[in-house]
Amino acid sequence: MAKRTDIKSILIIGAGPIVIGQACEFDYSGAQACKALKEEGYRVILVNSNPATIMTDPETADAVYIEPINWQTVERIIAKERPDAVLPTMGGQTGLNCALDLADNGVLEKYGVELIGASREAIRMAEDRELFRVAMSDIGLECPKAAVARSFEQAVEIQATVGYPTIIRPSFTLGGSGGGIAYNREEFEEIVKRGLELSPVHEVLVEESVLGWKEFEMEVVRDKADNCIIVCSIENLDPMGVHTGDSITVAPAQTLTDKEYQRLRDASIAVLRKIGVDTGGSNVQFGVNAETGRVVVIEMNPRVSRSSALASKATGFPIAKIAAKLAVGYTLDELKNDITGGLTPASFEPTIDYVVTKIPRFAFEKFPQADARLTTQMKSVGEVMAIGRSFHESLQKALRGLEIGKTGLNPTGLDIGTEDGLATLKRELREPRPDRVFHLADAFRAGLSLEEVHELSRVDPWFLAAFEDIVLTEKEVQEQGITALDAARVRELKRLGFSDARLAELIKTDEAAIRHLRRTLGVRPVYKRVDSCAAEFATTTAYMYSTYEEECEANPTGRNKIMVLGGGPNRIGQGIEFDYCCVHAALALREDGFETIMVNCNPETVSTDYDTSDRLYFEPLTLEDVLEIVDLEKPKGVIVQYGGQTPLKLARALEAAGAPVIGTSPDSIDLAEDRERFQQMINKLGLTQPPNRTARNADEALALAREIGYPLVVRPSYVLGGRAMEVVYDDADLSRYIREAVQVSNDSPVLLDRFLDHAVEVDVDIIADQDGNVLVGGIMEHIEEAGVHSGDSSCSLPPYSLTPAIQDELRRQVSLMAKELKVVGLMNTQFAIQGDTVFILEVNPRASRTVPFVSKATGVPLAKIAARCMAGRSLVAQGTTREVIPAYYSVKEAIFPFLKFQNVDPILGPEMRSTGEVMGVGRSFGAAFARGHDAAGIKTPPKGKVFVSVRDADKDRLLSVAKDIALRGFTLVATSGTASYLTGHGVACERINKVLEGRPHIVDLIKNGEIVYIVNTTEGKQAIADSFSIRREALQHRVTYSTTVAGARALVHSLDFHDTGEVHSLQELHKELSA
Amino acid sequence: MPISALLALEDGSVFHGQAVGATGETVGEVVFNTAMTGYQEILTDPSYARQIVTLTYPHIGNTGCNAEDEESAAVHTAGLIVRDVPRRASNWRSSESLPDYLKRHGIVAIAGIDTRRLTRILRDKGAQNGCIVAGESIDVDAALAKARAFPGLNGMDLAKVVSVDKPYGWSEGVYNLDSTTFNQPAKRFKVVAYDFGVKRNILRLLAERGCEITVVPAQTPAADVLAMKPDGVFLSNGPGDPAACDYAIAATREFLAAKIPLFGICLGHQIMGAAVGAKTLKMKFGHHGANHPVKDHDDGRVLITSQNHGFAVDGATLPSNVRVTHTSLFDGSLQGFALTDRPAFCFQGHPEASPGPHDIGYLFDRFAKLMQEAR
Repeated sequence: MAKRTDIKSILIIGAGPIVIGQACEFDYSGAQACKALKEEGYRVILVNSNPATIMTDPETADAVYIEPINWQTVERIIAKERPDAVLPTMGGQTGLNCALDLADNGVLEKYGVELIGASREAIRMAEDRELFRVAMSDIGLECPKAAVARSFEQAVEIQATVGYPTIIRPSFTLGGSGGGIAYNREEFEEIVKRGLELSPVHEVLVEESVLGWKEFEMEVVRDKADNCIIVCSIENLDPMGVHTGDSITVAPAQTLTDKEYQRLRDASIAVLRKIGVDTGGSNVQFGVNAETGRVVVIEMNPRVSRSSALASKATGFPIAKIAAKLAVGYTLDELKNDITGGLTPASFEPTIDYVVTKIPRFAFEKFPQADARLTTQMKSVGEVMAIGRSFHESLQKALRGLEIGKTGLNPTGLDIGTEDGLATLKRELREPRPDRVFHLADAFRAGLSLEEVHELSRVDPWFLAAFEDIVLTEKEVQEQGITALDAARVRELKRLGFSDARLAELIKTDEAAIRHLRRTLGVRPVYKRVDSCAAEFATTTAYMYSTYEEECEANPTGRNKIMVLGGGPNRIGQGIEFDYCCVHAALALREDGFETIMVNCNPETVSTDYDTSDRLYFEPLTLEDVLEIVDLEKPKGVIVQYGGQTPLKLARALEAAGAPVIGTSPDSIDLAEDRERFQQMINKLGLTQPPNRTARNADEALALAREIGYPLVVRPSYVLGGRAMEVVYDDADLSRYIREAVQVSNDSPVLLDRFLDHAVEVDVDIIADQDGNVLVGGIMEHIEEAGVHSGDSSCSLPPYSLTPAIQDELRRQVSLMAKELKVVGLMNTQFAIQGDTVFILEVNPRASRTVPFVSKATGVPLAKIAARCMAGRSLVAQGTTREVIPAYYSVKEAIFPFLKFQNVDPILGPEMRSTGEVMGVGRSFGAAFARGHDAAGIKTPPKGKVFVSVRDADKDRLLSVAKDIALRGFTLVATSGTASYLTGHGVACERINKVLEGRPHIVDLIKNGEIVYIVNTTEGKQAIADSFSIRREALQHRVTYSTTVAGARALVHSLDFHDTGEVHSLQELHKELSA
Repeated sequence: MPISALLALEDGSVFHGQAVGATGETVGEVVFNTAMTGYQEILTDPSYARQIVTLTYPHIGNTGCNAEDEESAAVHTAGLIVRDVPRRASNWRSSESLPDYLKRHGIVAIAGIDTRRLTRILRDKGAQNGCIVAGESIDVDAALAKARAFPGLNGMDLAKVVSVDKPYGWSEGVYNLDSTTFNQPAKRFKVVAYDFGVKRNILRLLAERGCEITVVPAQTPAADVLAMKPDGVFLSNGPGDPAACDYAIAATREFLAAKIPLFGICLGHQIMGAAVGAKTLKMKFGHHGANHPVKDHDDGRVLITSQNHGFAVDGATLPSNVRVTHTSLFDGSLQGFALTDRPAFCFQGHPEASPGPHDIGYLFDRFAKLMQEAR
């Protein structure tokens, strides 16, 4: 059969920004697909709005478009590139929806473009719940009883036939967005109405509850000759009711007999055939009644998915790569299984000889108002995977890999000795939150029987027995103490997955003591290979995991090695950008002849593709796990700068243990993070910081606050990433903060920084080498004022308002600091510019979130260049000494998960809450900003009423923006203060009630669809609370809003640029730069 | 306190672990199976007679044991080697834990060893003779000596050992998980099935195609079978060296001469191969798993199949009236053939699955079609 020769060029649609439900797994799949198709000689065209991806590297595809993923923009790309085919199955729900839109709007027909991988009909049948149900019943498979409602009244009728609890699922939303479980009429009404609103086709499925049933997933691959293979089966530890993305999942399925497993296998294949997925990967989800074995089909996705990425990592079978090749006509038996060095064909079913556990990571600490109960709507932001030779081991490895301060199955701290505590515990078991996994252990500590825990949680007894084993073992360890730890016992404990740190906690010693003891006893891990075939065939692929067994298969080489420590699970503030950097380090150093070794535990990423580095250790990023690998591999260098906080936290300890940390020294990293040492450096260099002090009690805080002057940024000293950070405006505000938000003491002081109102914030990324030479990567001017977390603000490269003199001053200051800190590698600096004064906010001598954006904007691969600097090649030797300043503008726009979290205020502030980013390019700042907005899916307001309400400090600045709004044909409405200010300054404006002023008020107007755009700035806890409903309703009703005046100004100016620009491929843009 | 156990291989390798079955000792040929489900079917598959099986998946016993998943009336494996038996089984059909089941059947089993290390030894050096000892006092040297003293399976006729003594009838169909009963299909054909160690699911799948089956002992003469005037004859799977089953090879030649529809599985396939004059051989470590891709040369499709064989028919020695129908995509070895001048065909793997995928179950339909056409 072989590949098709009638198509020459293929357009791949990416998944866009990282959002909850669609994360970097689609970069992994998409990058694989691009590589696979390029390898086959096709011209590959890619569209993806997310610059922080490997797939949007100019090397990945022949033409890379970092452009909005909507059918209108993609039509322009099609018109320009004239691809023969579109592959829509690599970009998640976004890719499929865009492909459907292209088909529905006649674009594919118009340009004669063929959909490959999945047909329009197949996508529709899989996505449309009613069509899907009919299809399933045609092939004799059951679904939970359900029907589609297009109105609330219809939903009520259906509900009467399925009973409570009722599951509500809106059609065509990401990650089950807007869905939920209703236990009563009130909840039912709320969820249905929200679901109807959120569904782009205004329909919801009202469904029989199969809560508490066992949940399984099958990853299936099919080729055009109808060959089908199951790549992996996955069993959810959390039973039905928790979104599979939020569930702890285990591969392979553990509690099915062969007869039951084969029934699911047969059903999965029948589903693919019926839906008509001709080629590629799909997943099929099943619910199984634990008492009767009754099977229901839950859903299927006719595309690669989060679970197919997991299945690929869990088995070593690269689903996306194979799916891409099948889409162009290959059959499975024509393709090789790479991991066995091509010894065997891809037409087989992987079999594994280990247990894989995936645990999601959540970010509820960023959204304290959100309900943290887990439901059918996905809320997690990342995940960790671990491999072990027992479930116990893989579970405990995954738990410590989560980096949430747990070393294993630590107690939750709940007082299980009291009746109240026990009652709370039982509720937590019944209605899970992210920490149920720890409550399961607490339940056994509280003496509950396995049957009771099962009744409450519906978690399968097979899994529960492992929890009980671990808890009982912990108790023994605690009772027996350190003297009982002989070689046999330590080995037994390690085989159950206990970390040195957890054992140390249990016997009240420190981790180093346990490590020393363990090593003295000769108890060391071995490394086994992931080979897709349970050792039946020899493999040369070095994809490894640690375990405590007899034989080690690592076989380290004697080559020059560099080890890159990855970033662990994605979280808000540390996501795909860092994985991008790690991948680039590995690729660059591999090119330079080093053997590269990757250590990471995030299954979604490109870094954990066994192809990315020479050797991959799929391991938690804890000191214990990393030190063991260092000890075995003896690398020449370890890179800790690229994986975000995760490896940085280990830097000092690694260095102390003799690991050769390369690049900027851990001491310099520490200097930049240590407030006092940093201040000394700033003073020494004659630079300026915002006035700041450290307070150790409430009185001191008030006194120091007056000294510095309000407004102030306050935060506890011990947290990172803007946690619990607030801006306070007066003594009362500060007192409230100290009372409510933090515990201030000698050990945990509170940090006070002068808040620079109306200051422009700037990010500068540079590379420095060992000779002290500095290459400026890019200067990024933020659109939102200082005070909004840098990760949440949009920014422009090059700056759109900074004078050349200021920019040169910034260059001077970063060079001074880089030299002083002896930076070798990347450094990111954040400045605030107030008038002509340049303030340094912070310096991070490591990879920053903006590195991929800058690289895409300038065509300079910063992460690669910096990695080479760390490995000893100077900037001069690399021939990269010139700062590239493009003639076009690139704007980065942040993407937020507010829709997923009810009751959360979408106002921007010092705490980072965005999950992803998009990039827009244009010939002017306005055009680039407009494109960025388009990519972010922000609606361009149609002509109509604009609501403005700003805090007093913003009124002067609002005036010009308001005039601009009026000039563009909008009418203005405002609450009393803003209204009288505007009319007083000659801008016509209607007055409307605030919510507390009686009706009709502004929220009524929003609900009635009368407002097209909102500018709302506010300050102070009370004012923010009062105006919350405005922003929330705006979000819910998809009304575009700005919460800063600067943001509003940029948006209003950008209105002139919509749909005027052409589309640019990265290759074309970068060509301009070198010309 | 767990009871300790030891596994010794003829190459001198020794593994220490814990007993998870009966105490005592056992010897046999050690083979690995990579199937992740179906341990109970594997234990009760008569083809494993005199073989000690190691399962590569580390947790074995998760779903306990039940009466419906047995492939014969007894446990036939000589012993079991696993990484871990979980403390608690969990499945809605489970009626007994694996260790209890093993003890009840007197099967010696060892857990807690590095089964991947063992598998790599078997892969690199070939199937090894081995000995498991489980109990209070373990003598390593004695175990090694016993492993080395095991004569191996070459030339060993085990089909007649595991076969039935007397003929019996079979009409039960496959197990229905929804009704939790076995089907009782209607009957259209009379089939005689040779029991060289037959698995129940073969009989069930034949019954599903309307076969009323008479199962006969391995050494039943062809004349006795032909006297029953069956619509077709089936040659079952089974243990041991096919070359040693001269009586079965001779009987098969008579069935071929009589042009009666004939279907062979596994050992039955090898016997048919020998009957048409091909050579059989012992493989390095055989095929044992549920993920083996096999190509059907008629339509080019790839089927994922269940496999369990240590002997094979040498494809290079097939006569000219044989058409190769199936080939393994793992190693290119012969998986199935049909005669061009006789209504006879056979398959090396296990179309009855149990455990394993159902992809190649269509061979049973092919047999029914042959019988239909022969009427």
